[in-house]
Amino acid sequence: MLCMDLDEVFKALADASRRSLLDRLHASNGQTLNELCGGLAMTRQAVTKHLAILEAANLVTTFRKGREKLHYLNPVPIHQIGERWIRKFERGKLTALSELKRQLEKRDE
Amino acid sequence: MSKPEFVYVTYIETTPEKLWEALTVGDFTERYWFGLRISSDWEAGSPYIFTRHGAISLEGNVLVSEPCTRLVYTWIPLSPETKHERISRVTFDLEPRGKVIKLIVTHDHLDEGGETRRDISDGWPMVLASLKSFLETGHALEIDPPCAVTREAAYA
Repeated sequence: MLCMDLDEVFKALADASRRSLLDRLHASNGQTLNELCGGLAMTRQAVTKHLAILEAANLVTTFRKGREKLHYLNPVPIHQIGERWIRKFERGKLTALSELKRQLEKRDE
Repeated sequence: MSKPEFVYVTYIETTPEKLWEALTVGDFTERYWFGLRISSDWEAGSPYIFTRHGAISLEGNVLVSEPCTRLVYTWIPLSPETKHERISRVTFDLEPRGKVIKLIVTHDHLDEGGETRRDISDGWPMVLASLKSFLETGHALEIDPPCAVTREAAYA
């Protein structure tokens, strides 16, 4: 069951439009569909479809407030991925590598 | 009614009884919740406290206690950075879904732009991922406490 969960999370994250919806919820949590559609170059239909995939992966949760359905960012599965795929392979080394990358890129500027 | 600031959901392969114990018994919270021990008699209206290394980190009052179904408590951080903020509220809803329990954690009444709001947005996803791992595998996640936890313990 754990593996199936993570499959859905990886699939849901493998799309730039869906990641941008998560970014929008991170900036402002608890938005309606209308709010989420505002200023996006996506149709309402596309946003609805992407939200359904994010909800199925448990990356987005919803809360009913009166007639409104509010969408919330749910980063819990991302922490499970972090533990399974990052922590396990030694976070220390990764930090060292990203620091090296940062230093090298700084030198290019 | 204002909208809640955070709504977190996790699905855990366990029983409502075990999940309730994991949320309310200090011996369990200590193992998956940044080393914090919770204690209370879990009667509505009673106080509860979280301690870490014997010092109080967080306190509040039990608002609703329906074993294995629903737990609501106030959340009063004690550090100097947060004590001017209003008292917020945490709700745990346990909903059985076949072999798993859907745990919904709602945190509301948080100050806009407050320290607590920032701290808990880091903390809850870690705690809930760790709780799920603890109940399903017997091992909590190796998570570092957010600085708020160590800071509050130091000032309490």
